[in-house]
Amino acid sequence: MKGQTVTATPTVPVIDIVDLKIEAKSNDQWSKIVNGVSLSIRPGEVLGLVGESGAGKSTLGLAALGYLRPGAKVTGGEVRLSGHNILAVPEEERRKFRGTKVAYVAQSAQAAFNPVHRLMDQIVMVAVDRGGMTRGTAEKRALDLFRALQLPDPQNFGRRYPHQVSGGQLQRAMVAMAMICNPTLIIFDEPTTALDVTTQVEVLISIRKVIEDYGVAAIYITHDLAVVAQVAHRVAVLRYGEVVEEAPIAQIMERPVHPYTKSLWAVHEMPVDHDAQHGGKGAPLLAIAGLGAHYGDFQVLTSIDLEVGRGETVALVGESGSGKSTLGRVIVGLKELSSGQVIYDGKPLQGTIRRRSLQTLKQIQIIYQSADTALNPRQTVRKIIGRPLTLYQGLRGARREARVQELLNLVELNETHIDRTPGQLSGGQKQRIAIARALAADPRLIVCDEITSALDKVVQAEVLRMLMKLQARLGVSYLFITHDIEVVRAIADRVAVMQNGRIVEQGGKDQVLAQPHADYTRKLLDSVPDMAVGWLDGIVAERAA
Amino acid sequence: MQQSLEVRSVAPNRLLRALKLVRSAPPTAKFGMVVVAIYAFVALFAPLLAPYGEVEVVSRVPFEPWSASHLLGTDQLGRDFLSRLIFGARNSISIALLTTAISFVIGCLLGVLAALVGGIVDQAISRLVDALMSVPDLIFTLMILSIFGSSVTNLILIIAVLTSTRFYRIARAAALNVASLDFVEHAKVRGESLLWIAVNEVFPNILPLILSELGMRFCFIFLNIAALSFLGVGIQPPTAEWGSMVRDNAALINMGDITPLIPAAAIAFLAIAVNFVVDWLLNRASGLSEEG
Repeated sequence: MKGQTVTATPTVPVIDIVDLKIEAKSNDQWSKIVNGVSLSIRPGEVLGLVGESGAGKSTLGLAALGYLRPGAKVTGGEVRLSGHNILAVPEEERRKFRGTKVAYVAQSAQAAFNPVHRLMDQIVMVAVDRGGMTRGTAEKRALDLFRALQLPDPQNFGRRYPHQVSGGQLQRAMVAMAMICNPTLIIFDEPTTALDVTTQVEVLISIRKVIEDYGVAAIYITHDLAVVAQVAHRVAVLRYGEVVEEAPIAQIMERPVHPYTKSLWAVHEMPVDHDAQHGGKGAPLLAIAGLGAHYGDFQVLTSIDLEVGRGETVALVGESGSGKSTLGRVIVGLKELSSGQVIYDGKPLQGTIRRRSLQTLKQIQIIYQSADTALNPRQTVRKIIGRPLTLYQGLRGARREARVQELLNLVELNETHIDRTPGQLSGGQKQRIAIARALAADPRLIVCDEITSALDKVVQAEVLRMLMKLQARLGVSYLFITHDIEVVRAIADRVAVMQNGRIVEQGGKDQVLAQPHADYTRKLLDSVPDMAVGWLDGIVAERAA
Repeated sequence: MQQSLEVRSVAPNRLLRALKLVRSAPPTAKFGMVVVAIYAFVALFAPLLAPYGEVEVVSRVPFEPWSASHLLGTDQLGRDFLSRLIFGARNSISIALLTTAISFVIGCLLGVLAALVGGIVDQAISRLVDALMSVPDLIFTLMILSIFGSSVTNLILIIAVLTSTRFYRIARAAALNVASLDFVEHAKVRGESLLWIAVNEVFPNILPLILSELGMRFCFIFLNIAALSFLGVGIQPPTAEWGSMVRDNAALINMGDITPLIPAAAIAFLAIAVNFVVDWLLNRASGLSEEG
């Protein structure tokens, strides 16, 4: 059923958003969040809402519930639910159909469930309180939903507490909670974004199955085109609160029209350099042998062997909890190792920061995933980048200023940014500042811990391209920690795959990605959604076979 | 007092922002700021404003009633009451300010360091602070002052140490949140010293929270000093101080004269004004978001 255009029927649309305008107040100014969006969804249809962070997707999704975040107001347009404008009725009225006629599935199920109540109590609550069901019928329906969502042991699932089930199961439980009153419309707001790729597939399959089984209409909000291609019939691409392109899914995947839509493929289409093997010349810069590390009694890393050559990019791939970040922390000296050794530049590396010389600290830098927390919000760019210059090289005054300028140019920013604080910069700019700060130390190895995963696709591609350029120019080595196979494909020379604190496979990029040996690597690679309609159908068919 | 704190040694664009901020304040806060400004003005220019000297005996008659030459009459030794009131502002406010500043520095520094280091250091300081806080401030001060003698230095030190426990608590709690952020970790990886991290990375981020506590503590210190002076162990004569002025002239109340209540009212008025400003700052600090 994917890829078919749903033929126009005379039925009333489930929801009809007409020229909706929403403004929100930030920094004492009203800015347009949603700017004249018109959308309509027919019964049983799934509309994918794609866009980057700040595009207004979530605001639009919540508006479909007749809900506005505090500080936001509707300045024009209507949201017609089964023909009635719900923005015109008072809040009291709106609350009655929230959860019953229109339901919402949020990104973080952990935050949506109350940890002190059993799942079943929370799932049936709306149905009993407002949906007019008895507890018995509600529980029976919940049980059906658990089965449809392929939850394990559906009979007893409801008796568990939120912390007793996995992240993927909890996300499916939230879908059950949304479906309990048999709503006509469900808003999915990035329901799989916080999950690991292998879990994401399971949840995607469940969500799609339940949508099809119950014939409910849905708005599926995501930033990931590959995901939306698996579930939606139609896609609307949102940018700066406006719909820039709207078309059936197959059409948008094959022939995107708007340049912005095309740019969503940015990382996917980065030129892959198959031949050039960087580094590998001479002795490796970093050689780890038999490394182990513990948190208390828990062993997080077990017999790790890894080498990073000079001027080489090694990607460390794995899911959350696999220990890849911990390995990064051991290398920069934030975590003590319990066995094995780390040889840096031919000499064993001291365990923790306090025992390393300033000269050693300078050579190994780290860049974090979230530039928001990695940059002090109270410091200007001048101070952030200038501090390592003063600390390591004793630069002050005009010479320091000149070097800061140079570094800003190196990361493709300019002197207009020098007096700003992080709050006055965009996400991509902030990450560039963090990179400039690392470069200010004149390092030989940079540990990049998921540095592009919080960025939008276009910005991601720009930052990656810049990192490659810097490597060619400065000869710096990267240890690139990531969960994103697409990123690995774009920049890595070699790949190491981690699972449960061990490296299960490592080797040249082409070898690992094209002919994976370990089962886990294969599973990981198979779980990454393709940018193609019908990929999920293929997976389901393969499993059935 | 709050204004002068906010604009201390900052770039001009911050000064403008502070001005804009002041203009957007609610009427109560504006009223408070005006009152605080008047007190500060009187304290600064006391020698110019006061008609007579601080300890100058101007009349042979003690407790002279209000007249054209002595607007508020004279006190028990025949000194001009208005002049003493004006000099009293200078003494009381400057001593309270100094005490607040010392306790602020001690409390914040220890609090931030405890949060950064953690472990045994944190435990040791925190339990010591708990012990100090468990003794009622006023009684503790009275005890120490009666042992070591009542000098202004002793007074300032003992109150500063006791008040620093409050700053410690708040600074530590706020710093714990900041200390777990990546930029603090990055500073450690960079090889910065603990003191540098505390002052440059953590402190600027917890300042908005502590600022309101600063105003509140100033009020309490001010009242404490007045109360101690009223009890006779605070600031010693002949230095003019509002608390002791109330005590020394209290006999007048029996005769239906309200003059001794004027310094008491001056104390209360300043406390209320500072509280208005603090309330507003507290609201801002706990509000949705800080200016980016």
